[in-house]
This record gives sequence, C-alpha cells and structure tokens, in this order.
Amino acid sequence: MCLAIPGKIIAITAQLDETFRTGKVSFGGIHKEVNLCMVTDAQVGDYVLVHVGVAISKVDEEEAMKVFSYLKEMGEVAELEPSDQ
Amino acid sequence: MKYLSEYRDPELVEEFIREIKRITTKPWTLMEICGGQTHSLVKNGILDMLPAKITMVHGPGCPVCVTSVSVIDEAVYLAEQPNTILCSFGDMLRVPGSRKSLLEAKAQGADIRILYSPLEAVILAGQHPDKQVVFFAVGFETTAPANALSVVQAAQYHLDNYSILASHVLVPPAMEAILSDEANKIDAFLAAGHVCTIMGMEEYYPVAEKYKCPIVVTGFEPVDLLQGIFMAVQQLEKGEYKVENQYTRYVHREGNRIAQNTIHEVFETGDRIWRGLGNIPLSGYEVNDRYKKYNARLKFNIHIPIAKEDTECISGDIMKGLKKPMQCVNFGKKCKPEHPLGAPMVSSEGACAAYYHYASADSISIG
Repeated sequence: MCLAIPGKIIAITAQLDETFRTGKVSFGGIHKEVNLCMVTDAQVGDYVLVHVGVAISKVDEEEAMKVFSYLKEMGEVAELEPSDQ
Repeated sequence: MKYLSEYRDPELVEEFIREIKRITTKPWTLMEICGGQTHSLVKNGILDMLPAKITMVHGPGCPVCVTSVSVIDEAVYLAEQPNTILCSFGDMLRVPGSRKSLLEAKAQGADIRILYSPLEAVILAGQHPDKQVVFFAVGFETTAPANALSVVQAAQYHLDNYSILASHVLVPPAMEAILSDEANKIDAFLAAGHVCTIMGMEEYYPVAEKYKCPIVVTGFEPVDLLQGIFMAVQQLEKGEYKVENQYTRYVHREGNRIAQNTIHEVFETGDRIWRGLGNIPLSGYEVNDRYKKYNARLKFNIHIPIAKEDTECISGDIMKGLKKPMQCVNFGKKCKPEHPLGAPMVSSEGACAAYYHYASADSISIG
C-alpha cells in the first residue's frame, strides 16, 4: 500500500496557497493531477515520487545514478584496504 | 519509465547476486519490513537467486494485513449508516471482519466508494453536502501525510460532512516488538523506503544501537533490494550495526519536514492493536483533539466490541518472521486469495498472497 511511483511534472495547474499547489504529472504518458504542497521546490520538468495523489519527494538525480557505479566503487575501496591474508 | 526500469536491469541484478554470494560466509536472516518489498522480492524471483545462507523473512509492513478485525467492523458499521458514503483504498474491501467484509456490505447496498486518494474524498464531500463522507484512513507513515492533508483541506473548505476513520500504524514500534520477542531470529532489517521518505532515518539509530541490528533503508525495485541486501550482509559479516541508506534518490536523513508537520498538525500518537501482533504501545496515529470533529469514531459515537481474531490464521508468526507461509497447514488449501482465512492472503502485498501467486515450487518446498 506504500506504493509510490515517480512521474515528471509537466504543468503547474493551480497555486492558491501553500496547501493548494497542484500539478499535472506524467507517468510514462499517463497524466494525473497531483498535490505538490509537500515538495515546494519541485518545478516543471522535475521528477517527483507520488503516493495516493500527493508528491512526497523530489528525485535527487545525482543520487539516482549512484547505484550503477556502486559495485565498481566498492571494489576500488576494497583494493585500498589492507588485506587480512 | 524513467527512475523505474533502470532499476530492473538483469545484468546489474546478476552482478549484485554474484557479489552477495562472494561476501556471504555465514547464515544470516534478514527481514524486509514493507509488503511492497515482499511483493517485489517474490514476484521477481529474487528469493531463488540469493545464496542458500541468506534467509529473507517478511515483515508486518502491509497495512491491509495488520489492520485489526475490530477496525474492519468499525468501517462496516460506518458504511451501513444512512446517508453515509464510506471511501476506502481498494485493497481493504475483501478483508474479513467479524460479521462481514466491506465488499459484502457493498453487495448488500452500502454506499462504498473505492478511491485512489483521500483528497478525492474531500471533493466528494463538497459535491454531496447532504451526505456524510468518511475516508477509511489506513496505512503506514507513508500514507499519513495525505490522509492528514485531507483533514486540513476539509477544515479550510469548512466541510462539516467529512471525517476519517484513522487506523494508522507506525514502523519503528513494530520493529522493536519483533526484535524484543524471545523467539526473534532476525539479524538485520531492510527498512521501508517510502516510510523513510516521509520520516527520515533518525528514529532508526536508537533501534540499531539497542538491538545491535543493522538497518538499511531500501527501495522496491530488484536492484534496490539487492543493493540493500548487499549492504546489510556486508555489515553483518564485519560485525557492524549501522543505519545505512540505499534509497538515496528519495530518502534524506531528516525526511520530508512538510509531510511530518502535516502529520503532527492532525494526528497524535497512541496505542494500536495490530492483527496478528496484538497491542503495541504508541504504534499508531489517531486524530488529535484539535481536529476531533473530523474523527469518525467520535462523530458517529462508535463503540464496537474488540473482536476475536481467527485462530486458524498464523499471520502473527508469519509477520514476526517465525514461520513461512507454506509452513501453515491451511496455506493454498483452506486459505486461498478467493477464500482468505486471514489478511496476509488478501492483499497482493501480503506474504501469503505473494507466495501463492508467484513463488516457485522449489522455494515453496524448501520452505
């Protein structure tokens, strides 16, 4: 039930006040109206994580790439560590 | 889809599996907290790929599974009130109550609407000023901000016909309940990534320290889960017990402060009865005094007796990681998704339903 899906903000649709900022978010081409009041720095073009109609986090694009180089970096660190043998 | 499909890359999955095999020297038992993680692990066949020394057990992180029978009875009671629309997330409808499920109540004429978001229920209340609209607000910390926001919005719109039946549950007290059980055999946790997106990581440091148990905040896709498992095993092999963050693309140490403030605006922490685990002190959210006119329990003056749980269902042992679904004599026989004896067979995120739908014959027979 904690399912949350990343989507791209394609338009800000309403900004009455802080509690009522909404946007149109594209999930692979499917558009949905999403409440943006909990991601105040998110702008059009940003990816946000959406759960039950509310965006709860903005994707950190730099961090999102780290998993792909993680094992390589772990290997390099291991080589620097003194060996037990 | 961007930020999803990259984390399902088969080559990277194989690389992580190889590395996990390389670093594992002792038997370890890891528990993933969230039902979404359980679903992904079983559906993607990850349990069959892990080295035999690593046992994954499946935690209590499925709100459908842990919501008590009495709360289902309360929801059914509300749905059967005249001039009332009960709104719910879809997965709650088939959970058996002591008299009936919400689906049975709906079949008998109750006005029950399945909604994607509590904010839609507020709109519904605005459209039906002559009816009472109640949202069945279940979920973990991930869902609490949206449910709280619905109350804040209803207050701002001066909607007197909106209320919520809050049955929120919290992860850290459940982890402690599991770790302090005498029979506990869990060596490390994969914490629930989306719960931590909201709450951050601070609550987990004292838990890791007190029980000397590594906790890795982990995402939901195959590569996320394998990286989380790798990080946890690496700590265990080194004898460490730190809180680490695998899900850095969404989770910050301090969490989402705006979401936390919204929760604290509307909710207060209280005791909660979990299906299968019993009463856990300070493990749930209830609507606070300030917003009490939006609390359906008070508004409708509900007094439902605490219902007995079905003794044929061993969901408590399953959610504590003491037993696997196929160790239940009723699994796949008397208890199936079409005729569930207990909640873990109802929700697709329940461990029993995940095994029933996706687990291979091998992993079922190995147990």
